[in-house]
Amino acid sequence: MTSQTYSPELLSRVLKETKTIALVGASADGRKASYIVMKYMLSKGYEIIPVNPREAGNEILGRTVVASLTDIKTPVDMVDIFRNSNAAGAIADEAIAIGAKTVWMQIGVVNEEAATRARKAGLTVIMDRCPKVEYSRLSGEGGWMGLPSNIITSKRARRV
Amino acid sequence: MSDYGFDTLAIHAGAAPDPTTGARATPIYQTTSFVFDDVDHAASLFNLQAFGNIYTRITNPTNAVLEERVATLEGGVAGLAVASGHSAQLLVFHTLMQPGDHFVAAKQLYGGSITQFGQSFKKFDWHVDWADITDPKNVKAAIGPKTKAVFIESIANPGGLVVDIEAIAKIAHDAGIPLIVDNTLASPYLCKPLSFGADIVLHSATKFLGGHGNSMGGIIVDGGKFNWSASDKYPTLSEPNESYHGMKIHDTFGDIAFAIACRVLALRDLGPALSPMNAFMILTGIETLPLRMARHVENAMKVAKFLKSHPAVSWVSYAGLADDKSHALMKKYTPKGAGAVFTFGVKGGYDAGVKLVNSVNLIRHLANVGDTRSLVIHPSSTTHRQLTEEQQITAGAGPDVVRLSVGIEDAADIIADLDQALKA
Repeated sequence: MTSQTYSPELLSRVLKETKTIALVGASADGRKASYIVMKYMLSKGYEIIPVNPREAGNEILGRTVVASLTDIKTPVDMVDIFRNSNAAGAIADEAIAIGAKTVWMQIGVVNEEAATRARKAGLTVIMDRCPKVEYSRLSGEGGWMGLPSNIITSKRARRV
Repeated sequence: MSDYGFDTLAIHAGAAPDPTTGARATPIYQTTSFVFDDVDHAASLFNLQAFGNIYTRITNPTNAVLEERVATLEGGVAGLAVASGHSAQLLVFHTLMQPGDHFVAAKQLYGGSITQFGQSFKKFDWHVDWADITDPKNVKAAIGPKTKAVFIESIANPGGLVVDIEAIAKIAHDAGIPLIVDNTLASPYLCKPLSFGADIVLHSATKFLGGHGNSMGGIIVDGGKFNWSASDKYPTLSEPNESYHGMKIHDTFGDIAFAIACRVLALRDLGPALSPMNAFMILTGIETLPLRMARHVENAMKVAKFLKSHPAVSWVSYAGLADDKSHALMKKYTPKGAGAVFTFGVKGGYDAGVKLVNSVNLIRHLANVGDTRSLVIHPSSTTHRQLTEEQQITAGAGPDVVRLSVGIEDAADIIADLDQALKA
């Protein structure tokens, strides 16, 4: 169990409403979780803008890396944070500044103060979770690896 | 999580109408392999960058429903279904142990586990240190610098002892190691070890989960709370893995890392995959788990009370009895009942035990438990035969001991059969 509890309905809504994700802490290393998540979410039709000052100008998975969130000139729905909990605070503030709808902190990343600021600004906050794992759970793909979806349904329609 | 009750989850968790056909029962995907969309998809699957099916040795959609259902019932983050309870144990220790490592296990265990841990594991240079589990302090004393885990049964087989899971979890965690609980005899209907601090739960699904004595199976449930990277004790989880291009499993998969490692390393390479047909049979069994367990414990209580007052019986070890040594722990850990597997002593020792199992009519003499049918065995002449008499006695399987697995027949018929066999 992670430290946070989110309903399947909330996660499903976030993943349905999100089209563009700024992925902070992007990596070109195929073994890193940030690369794996980027590749997976691209394959599910999301647009991803990789963010990493050390990789700025390079390409990861065919997408140009920007140095910071404030360098992005197009609308961003979600900011996905692959940084430690302390660094997540300033990134969440930038997410508020650029008008993102959701701040998502990866597994192990929790910053309650930043979460409170983001919620006050009207953003949805998810912490200590991975969008790939949650997408997999909700779509039923995670079930292939034995992950509980926590959903019971009599419908065969997709949930994300 | 929608707040569905246990009985609802036992029927529905993990199962959804088949997306292609709308089939409502879980289809049996009796196939070895699954097609890739294209080369990139195949690469993503092999590199663990996407979840999907490759080969039934590693994942299978029927088995996946079973995994999700048991993980849900136990309150875990992920499940893994394998060929038997024994192979579940093999995969768990393969993930935790390096050659030369130790683990602490309860002395009071299923005889097959005692043999697996004490004999076969030696060939891997894995070493077990036994602890009498009736006092948790014995576990603490047995933990050394190379100890990687503690292993107990929630209700110990065959003695029917209820174990102090919470106290032992604390001892394990203070030593920076996980607690593994074999929950076979309780089933999640009677006890959820993860809620008492256990980190990994195992089942022989062959027993109460399947419940009908027709299919072998084993399950591993990952509690998702143990920090595998807090020390250098678990390199399989915390260090780069060569077979996945240097990926660190815990870094990449977070709270589900243990279950993923058991699947993509241990199951992949050791190979004890569950047949999808067996997964289907066990799933069907789990749908009636709550009904069966309620009846199992009701019958077990009636039979235990009958034996307690029988002149040919010297003692009964059933935690459901108010004067039993485990009764206080039973009220905490298995308040709905003390399970349906317990032992009693026959006056007349080994020979009287042999005579009893030879004289029953309705009750079956065989080496299984957790069946709809009542089963009896004389452990010292069968399941615990490989052990020394001293080991038999500490395992609760001395020469006068008879083990019962009380089924869901009419209690009066079970009692009548035991009565005639004890008088024979």
